[in-house]
Amino acid sequence: MRLTQSAGRRLVAGVPILWLLVLFLIPFIIVFRISFSEVRLAIPPYTPLISWRHGTPSLEVHTSAYAFLFTDPLYVSSYLYSLKVAAVSTVCCLLIGYPMAYAIARAGAATRPVLLMLIVLPFWTSFLLRVYAWIGLLKNNGVINNVLLYLGVIHHPLALLQTDFAVYIGIVYSYLPFMILPLYANLEKHDPALLEAAADLGARPLRAFLAITLPQSLAGIVAGALLVFIPAVGEYVIPTLLGRTDQLMIGRVLSDEFFENRDWPVASAVAILILLLLVIPIMLFQRTQRSELEASR
Amino acid sequence: MIATPKASAPHMPDSADPASAYVRIANVTKKFGDFVAVDDVSLDIRRGEIFCLLGGSGSGKTTLLRMLAGFERPSAGTIYIDGADMSAIPPYERPVNMMFQSYALFPHMSVEKNVAFGLEQEHLGRDAIRHQVGEILDIVKMGAFGARKPHQLSGGQRQRVALARALVKRPKLLLLDEPLAALDKKLREHTQFELLNIQQRLGVTFIVVTHDQEEAMTLGQRLGVMNHGRIAQVGTPSDIYESPATRFVADFIGSVNMFEGQVSDEGADFVRIQCAELGCQVHAERGSGCARGATVWTAIRPEKIHLSRQSAGNGAAPAENAVRGTVREIAYMGDMSVYLVQIDSGKMVRVTLPNVTRGGERPIIREERVWLSWHGSSPVVLTE
Amino acid sequence: MRSRALFARTALVLGLVFLYVPILSMIVFSFNNSRLVTVWDAAHSPTLKWYVALVSNEQILRAAWLSIRIALIAASCAVVLGTLAGMALARFGAFRGRLLLAGMTTAPIVMPEVITGLSLLLLFVALQQLIGWPRGVGAVTIALAHITFCMAYVTVVVQSRLTGFDESLEEAAMDLGARPLVVFLRVTLPLILPAIASGWLLAFTLSWDDLVITQFVAGPGSSTLPMVIFSKVRFGVTPDINALATIMVLVVASGIAISTVWMRYRQKRRERDLQLAAAANL
Repeated sequence: MRLTQSAGRRLVAGVPILWLLVLFLIPFIIVFRISFSEVRLAIPPYTPLISWRHGTPSLEVHTSAYAFLFTDPLYVSSYLYSLKVAAVSTVCCLLIGYPMAYAIARAGAATRPVLLMLIVLPFWTSFLLRVYAWIGLLKNNGVINNVLLYLGVIHHPLALLQTDFAVYIGIVYSYLPFMILPLYANLEKHDPALLEAAADLGARPLRAFLAITLPQSLAGIVAGALLVFIPAVGEYVIPTLLGRTDQLMIGRVLSDEFFENRDWPVASAVAILILLLLVIPIMLFQRTQRSELEASR
Repeated sequence: MIATPKASAPHMPDSADPASAYVRIANVTKKFGDFVAVDDVSLDIRRGEIFCLLGGSGSGKTTLLRMLAGFERPSAGTIYIDGADMSAIPPYERPVNMMFQSYALFPHMSVEKNVAFGLEQEHLGRDAIRHQVGEILDIVKMGAFGARKPHQLSGGQRQRVALARALVKRPKLLLLDEPLAALDKKLREHTQFELLNIQQRLGVTFIVVTHDQEEAMTLGQRLGVMNHGRIAQVGTPSDIYESPATRFVADFIGSVNMFEGQVSDEGADFVRIQCAELGCQVHAERGSGCARGATVWTAIRPEKIHLSRQSAGNGAAPAENAVRGTVREIAYMGDMSVYLVQIDSGKMVRVTLPNVTRGGERPIIREERVWLSWHGSSPVVLTE
Repeated sequence: MRSRALFARTALVLGLVFLYVPILSMIVFSFNNSRLVTVWDAAHSPTLKWYVALVSNEQILRAAWLSIRIALIAASCAVVLGTLAGMALARFGAFRGRLLLAGMTTAPIVMPEVITGLSLLLLFVALQQLIGWPRGVGAVTIALAHITFCMAYVTVVVQSRLTGFDESLEEAAMDLGARPLVVFLRVTLPLILPAIASGWLLAFTLSWDDLVITQFVAGPGSSTLPMVIFSKVRFGVTPDINALATIMVLVVASGIAISTVWMRYRQKRRERDLQLAAAANL
């Protein structure tokens, strides 16, 4: 079978596009549509889009799910809490990850691959198990408390688990490689001669860093920050295993609405609102990805 | 434009019949967005000749080559190879092969497999392929290296494999992209002559793209000088060197001294130019076709200027084609010396003289006053 | 200059400690005899009893087997789709639908998993309403979901490898008469195979490890390993999970060690060849 070049191309591009349209894009449309229905006892458990009354079709659009979300303070506080947790975690990840990435970029050519491997190795082991490991460390008779009690630093175990602190640790721990790798990729390309020139012109190390290294690494910072922030907003596993029970993050809320309350419309509405919150960061991320690939051409 | 005995006019094909030109490029233009890389180029290349496209970076020569290979499509115009219109034909169906600047040898295949690749696409039998591969590898003197991989070869060896791979299909046209650029000087000379040998032996039409004039002058039977996407001049190396058509060509090839002046007197086979920059009159022994009073440029090659302590005339200052100056710099190059002479108008003139004598008469030194003179046939008069 | 380097190096060391302490603590306590996982029972430890318990735990073994099978299928399909997408984005220039494809292959990387999981389940439900397939959720729907989000990662890996690839090799092949498919199979593919392999490994890991999306699209009969682990650990630490974690870390670490050694060996061979060629010269 001989295809023309353009027909062959259409096939190569068309197959993944078709797959993603059906299994990625269209599902969002379905979520959107269901967010405008109401829950009912049926299969499927939501009101249909077009209902027939006295022989004539009418469009059933219910905004009750959204109204519910906006009026019930539980949901509003969950959204805000999620944004706050994600933001704080991203900043912490940046503060910890930047120096690490910097150190790796400055390391000798022989040690660099070893260091990178050490950073990436945890990523290849199970995410779930690594979060779980922190339970063992943070709980009341966990390793950290036992060590501190043994050393006499404290006399009663600290409540480390099921706190904001535990969630921050969990997110920073799990997402650190995602922050370090883009930062490293960026920092590695910096020309060390620029810093030498700055020193030669009288700039102290901190000043040279702020004036030269930091601005040049902005693209890496943005990419790493987005890679952490966006998924962190909707995190489910970490807050469920490590986080507070009195204040839920929005990922947990969505899951509960769906599995516990079986309220598909509200769950869908929660999802749509998360998407709305994240649409700008997601587009920003896509823009940085595109420019990264253009730059390396 | 000047009328001289042997120069070919740059823009018109040599014959009107499209079938006689082996490769015909007809009014080809290539735009990338707003940028015009190749601007309405028309060119004819004869069967079996070595044609060189010479130009600096951005001149459009590489784009033109890629259009011949089929990797770019012309925005306008047509390319014919052996009479066939190539517009709709993709690179894998053209009777054209290319030797890439980076050689582009497949790193995961041995030398033999690299060379055999093209033949395999023609679905030849294994024995036929092996025979032809062996033959071409012998011609490029790489017969013993068949099993090696590209990273096990030196630069010169890789180039020969790339050449073999491009020639094994006996294409109608072979395109060479900067073939000598990656080689060191000694290797370059050696390879130049090898290329000429092989071309003569196989009779393939070569089109070479290069920015190196020496390469172009050595390899090319005819040259096309390109500038900003247009052809500035087409001709044999001596045509282009001795009779450049424009200031750009005169300056691009070799070095040249350029003087601005006004035509004071002209006729069918001579022209006199009043040249303030030079401080004398120039009498050129060829017609320029320019009107009296027109502004023209006179180009004189450094090797055509004679340098001496005495003036050519008998004591009296000559009326034309001679000027006085002071030697400012001398660069000794071994086989010749380059003199930078500042003439009385202040302009610097470049003169090259072969170092013919050893010892002998007192050599010219810096700050000496000298006379520069040239024969009437030396100046080239240019209007653009 | 020195103070900057010292600060950064200290941060690096502390960071690495931070990354590895939890892993090490799991490994240590997997040999702990006590059921109270973090209280070291010096009298009866170290012991392998949790490893034995792990290996005879039917539920975990069945779940692990399902996870492996799904991961194998998902990784293989994701690599095919991701390579197609990567080729299109890296080689086809501008085409109708390019922006759409680029968007749909970067969004899944950052999209919160609860959203992707919910949307996929709702899709399967809607499909069932419409055409009667899939008949209930299970291994098939899990595989389809995994393929979808894994292919995005593979696309990124393949696309960046192809962008850095020397296009003149592909042009040379076309120039010698090879049609685009032949060029891909005989020139491009062999040379990007390492990138495809790492894409496959990445997809395998992501699929094997996935919890949230799987929870949405899994049925009652199909529990993957992460689902089993999650249901166990939700309510506290269990020691056989420590044993499982240790096994996984060992497998991954040895895999990485082997591949590093292998790459070093190949690098040394290549350098030796280059030296020989330079010495022989012309």
